[in-house]
Parts: sequence; C-alpha cells; structure tokens
Amino acid sequence: MDAFTTLTGQVLVLPEENIDTDQIIPARFLTATSFEGMGDHAFADWRYDREGQAVPGCVLNEPRAAQSPILVAGRNFGCGSSREHAPRALLGFGFRVVISSEIADIFRGNSQNVGLLPVVLPEAVHTRLLAMDGEELTVDLEACEVRTPGGERHAFEIDGFARYCLLNGMDRLDFLLAQDQTITRYEERHERQDSAAAG
Amino acid sequence: MPNGQEDPAVSGQDDAGARTLFDKLWDAHIVREESADTPAVLYIDLHLVHEVTSPQGFDTLRARGLPVRRPDRTLATLDHSTPTTPPDANGERHYFTPQAKSQVQQLERNCDEFGVRLEGWGSQQRGIVHVMGPEIGATQPGMTVVCGDSHTATHGAFGALAFGIGTTEVGYVLATQCLLQRKPKTLRITVDGRLGQGVGAKDLILHIIRTIGVNGGTGHVIEYAGEAIEALSMEQRMTVCNMSIEAGARAGMIAPDQKTLDYLRGRPLAPRGEAFEAAAERWLALRTDPGAEFDREVRLHADDIAPTLTWGIDPGMSVPVTGTVPAGGAPGTDRALGYMGLEGGQALLGHAVDIVFVGSCTNGRISDLREVASVLQGRQVAAHTRMLVVPGSEAVRRQAEAEGLHEVFLAAGAEWREPGCSMCLAMNGDLVPPGKTAVSTSNRNFEGRQGPGARTLLASPLTAAACAVAGKVVDPRDFLPAPAPKREAA
Repeated sequence: MDAFTTLTGQVLVLPEENIDTDQIIPARFLTATSFEGMGDHAFADWRYDREGQAVPGCVLNEPRAAQSPILVAGRNFGCGSSREHAPRALLGFGFRVVISSEIADIFRGNSQNVGLLPVVLPEAVHTRLLAMDGEELTVDLEACEVRTPGGERHAFEIDGFARYCLLNGMDRLDFLLAQDQTITRYEERHERQDSAAAG
Repeated sequence: MPNGQEDPAVSGQDDAGARTLFDKLWDAHIVREESADTPAVLYIDLHLVHEVTSPQGFDTLRARGLPVRRPDRTLATLDHSTPTTPPDANGERHYFTPQAKSQVQQLERNCDEFGVRLEGWGSQQRGIVHVMGPEIGATQPGMTVVCGDSHTATHGAFGALAFGIGTTEVGYVLATQCLLQRKPKTLRITVDGRLGQGVGAKDLILHIIRTIGVNGGTGHVIEYAGEAIEALSMEQRMTVCNMSIEAGARAGMIAPDQKTLDYLRGRPLAPRGEAFEAAAERWLALRTDPGAEFDREVRLHADDIAPTLTWGIDPGMSVPVTGTVPAGGAPGTDRALGYMGLEGGQALLGHAVDIVFVGSCTNGRISDLREVASVLQGRQVAAHTRMLVVPGSEAVRRQAEAEGLHEVFLAAGAEWREPGCSMCLAMNGDLVPPGKTAVSTSNRNFEGRQGPGARTLLASPLTAAACAVAGKVVDPRDFLPAPAPKREAA
C-alpha cells in the first residue's frame, strides 16, 4: 500500500447519491483473480454503452477525469457489495481520495486497507465541495483537513489507527501477525472452555 | 491485554451490567481490547470462502510464506461464477467465460494447497455460501462469522455476529483468524404484531429498509426483535438478516430461541448429544438482557406491512404492491424512474414482467420454493414471461426434487436450474437482457445488477410466483389460498 500524506489536485464531482459498488465495478469484472487492470473497468456502465462506445457527456470520459485524484461524490457513497474491487478500481482509475457526507461502512474499511483515503465531511461543507467540479483542493491527512484555494479549512475525523497506517503505508497484516502469542492464548483459553462446557 | 483475564461472556454479566446480544458476542471475541490508538483484535470462529473474493487473499499467504492459521475454521464453496446449467454429456461444465472457469479452478487449487475444506463440484453440500453454512450446521449461535461477501449478515439469524469483509481482510483472517475492528453502535428494530396472510419476511425487510433508509443502519449492528420476528421460521429470519446491508448495517442479528435449537439439532457440524444440550444452554443465555441499552431503537408494527416491491434502483425505493411510484421532481427519483421505464405516479399493479427469478441467498431456500410451488401448482407461467427457479444449494435441490416441487415448476413452464448465485448478480451468464423487467427474489435492484440495462423489482417468493403467472405485477394475496393439490381427483 502506498503512503498518503498530503495531496493537492483537481476535483471530479459525481453528485449522485447512493452510488453503489455495482456501479463502481460491475460484477462481470469480478472473475479476475488479480486486481491488475481493475481501473480500466471503473464505472464501466456509466462510461461505455453496450457496444463499448464511450458515452458522450459522461464526465468520467473527459481527459481531466484521469488527472483528478480527488472524487467528491453524493451522500452514502460505496453502498452495497463488499467487493474490494471497488476501491481498487477507483485507485486504478487514478483517484486517491473520496469525499462525501457519508461513506458506506464496508467500502470505507476496504478503502483504508488499500490506500484510498475516504473523507467524510459535514453536509454543509459537502454541499459546497459538490459545486467545485474541476477546481483544486488540498487534502492533508497529517493535519486532518481539506483546504480550498480560497483559504477555507475543513477538519475531518478519521480513526487514528487508519490514519497511522495510511500515513506510513503500513499493512495491517504486520500488526495482526505481531499478535500471534495473544491470539494463541485466546484460542487455548476458549478451546478449554468449550471442551469444559461440552464435557 | 493482561494474561488470563476472565472472559466476561463466560464469567457472568453482573460486573458488566445488562448487555445486548451484540455486546455479549463482541466481549467474548476480544483477543485484544481496542484503545484510542488501535482497534480491537476480534477473533473469528468461522471463515466462509468463495471463489470471487478469495484469490488475492490466498496470494497474500503465498507471498509471505504463511499457512492458513485455522483450516478447521475455514470452509469454502463455489457459488458466484458457477454455471447453473447441468454439465454436458462429457461431464463438461459450460462457464460463461474462460476467466470464470479459471477463477473456480484457482479456488480448487488454493483449498488443496492450504488444506481448506471445499464443498466444490461433486459435493452434496455445495451451495450459495449463506445457504450452505446454516444447512450443514457450520453456523452456530454465539459465533463470529465472516466472508468476503456483504450478505454474510444472513448468519446473524442464529444469534451469530456475522458480517462481510474485503479481500485484504480475507487474507488477514486466513493468516491470523482475526480482524481489526472498532466497536460498532447498536440499533434494535422491534416489530410488534404478526404479519398478515401473504406478507412474508421479504416484505418485512423491504419495509424496514424503506423506513430507516438505505443508509439508516450505517455504523450499526441491528438486532431484530419483537413478536413478528419471533414468529418467523429460521429460514425467514435468514431472509431478514440477509438484507441488513441494504440498510447500510454490516450485521443484523436475532436472539437464539427454541426454533434456533430445533433447526440446529442433528445438522452435520452441530454438536451432538450432551454437547448439544450444553451448547444450547449457553446459546439461549445470549439473548439481550432486560434493561440493556441500544444506541438507537426503532419500533414498527406488522399491521403496516403489505406485500412490497421495489420500483427503483436501490432497495429503499419500494412501495406496497397496491401503491404508486413517487412523482418525479427530485434528481434521484427521476434517474430511477427513467432507468426503470416508469412514469412518475403510476401504479405498480399491471406493470408488465418479462422475467421472474426465484433464488439467491435471500430467498433460495426450501420454504421459499414451497411457497412458489403453492402458487404455480396447476397454473402456467404467462406466455411472454420467462421464469428461472434456482435452488440455493444441492440440499435444497434434493429436498425440492424429493417433494416433487421441480415437477410443479417445470409443468408451469419455469426453468429448474442447478444451485448458485445465478441471476442475483449475473456474473455466471444468467442475465436479464437490457431494458427487460424482472421480478426477483434476490437482494439488489441496483442499475445493471442483473445485467447491463436490466430493470429489477425485488419481491417475495410468493409475489414473484404470482407475477410469473400473471405476466405482470399482481397482488399475491389474490393467489391465496393455493389450489388444492388433489384437484386431479375431481
């Protein structure tokens, strides 16, 4: 996972509410056994028609889309399926940050695990950012704030451990593997209890 | 965490005060307490695995030279990418794409290499992961259950804490049998009264989702309680818990009771004899203590629930079958109406139906198929409508065939398929064609979910069967009671 500290870049806005993970990556692309190339299929059914032609007017097909690392999306982004392919596809497409007023639980956790920063901001701020399509924002994970070129600063909250992992590009598996002895003690204690209860 | 600390779930609840079902499960699975700096390390009792979300998890093990920590707590099956048509004369299965086939083969290889039990092709227990787990008694009250699948909440029907995870986390659980988790909030949904005739568990959960919203459960674990919930069978409870994620909640659960015990007794992986009785005592003690507090409470009445269908593009966009879809005007509503080919304010009754899909981890169990057969018995699927019935597992298929239900389906003109996820997410080639309207017993009506351009109305098995016969949206209550099966003697 790549570390994330501070990023300044263009905003792409998808104002739709409840964008589900089936939109982000349709199920027919899930038969892959690696995440390689997943970005090519991000929002496939929004970007391409059934003949595979680019849908005119789809903002994701504009050249600037691939140069916009910050996605500002409507409320309740990432709802639905637990497919990690969704944040992987967004990363592959070029996004590093997703901002919304609400982000679905599983998607948010998956994003943090793979290095896509999910940022939840209050509705009033979110509404202002929805009007900033094509403009520049700075997302600062060290300071936990989003800054506009006009000098506005919007603080956001993120779980401390998730922040630490993102800042350092740390894989949580290392943390879990370091718990090995504690896990073994837990297993021994519980298996004793289970056999005592069963006996 | 200090050595030898007593497990609060076992040492009694007095110190901790009144606790919810969720609290008891959470406390009992803490390997390491959460702190401001780190989430809790939560132990996972049962890890269910399928072909779609696991390959990269196994790759993580391979890259680091790690074994599966607890193969005895890991159980795999094939369900999502698998064809539901039978193999050909040479025993060859026809996959939708070569990639689907290689994904299935990858799981076969991974299970072989890492010593994980796979209920694969040829297993009499293979099935949709959330149908199979309970069926074979792998799912038990008090367990933590995870799977790389958002409908894992299904297993909460047994009083388990069950939730979906991503593929990176699949790797964590394979390697350590643990996950890093922050404690979620709790939401109790109490449903008073009894569901009316022709109103089922699916209608109940669609009503709940509409009431609290598709994000109403975000950040929460739901406990379903009250008279209407207690009156449900285990299979109906699974339908309710299954769709918790459609309200944004990762997990939904129901307290174990006598029905839970009756369901589990004698299942292959359930404890036996005295061990079962001892376990039963512990399981029944899991229920929420009187006076335990939830972060939020919602109370509903079963009288307010009618047969319900979705009309739009998320599971919260639903109306009673006799209702009208919303008038347009809001961007979300307009988008949904346009996608679905509906006029704002129109009635749903009479809307033409091209395809009916019965199946999925939501409604692909034997009681669902019996309901469908009760409507189809002595009737025909409408000429312009195609109907697919896909059992949730090999066991469901065997039971249905033993009862002759498949003959009822076939006689009515429906297709009787092999078990799998099938048209619920349409990644195995079972697709709703673009622009066609399907009434489905599955769980998601997102744009393109059942195929690019597919239009999905989610409904109960009873409603789906009635719509198949009529070829349009109808009120299933007009199809009750079912024609008497001995009519041929008349």
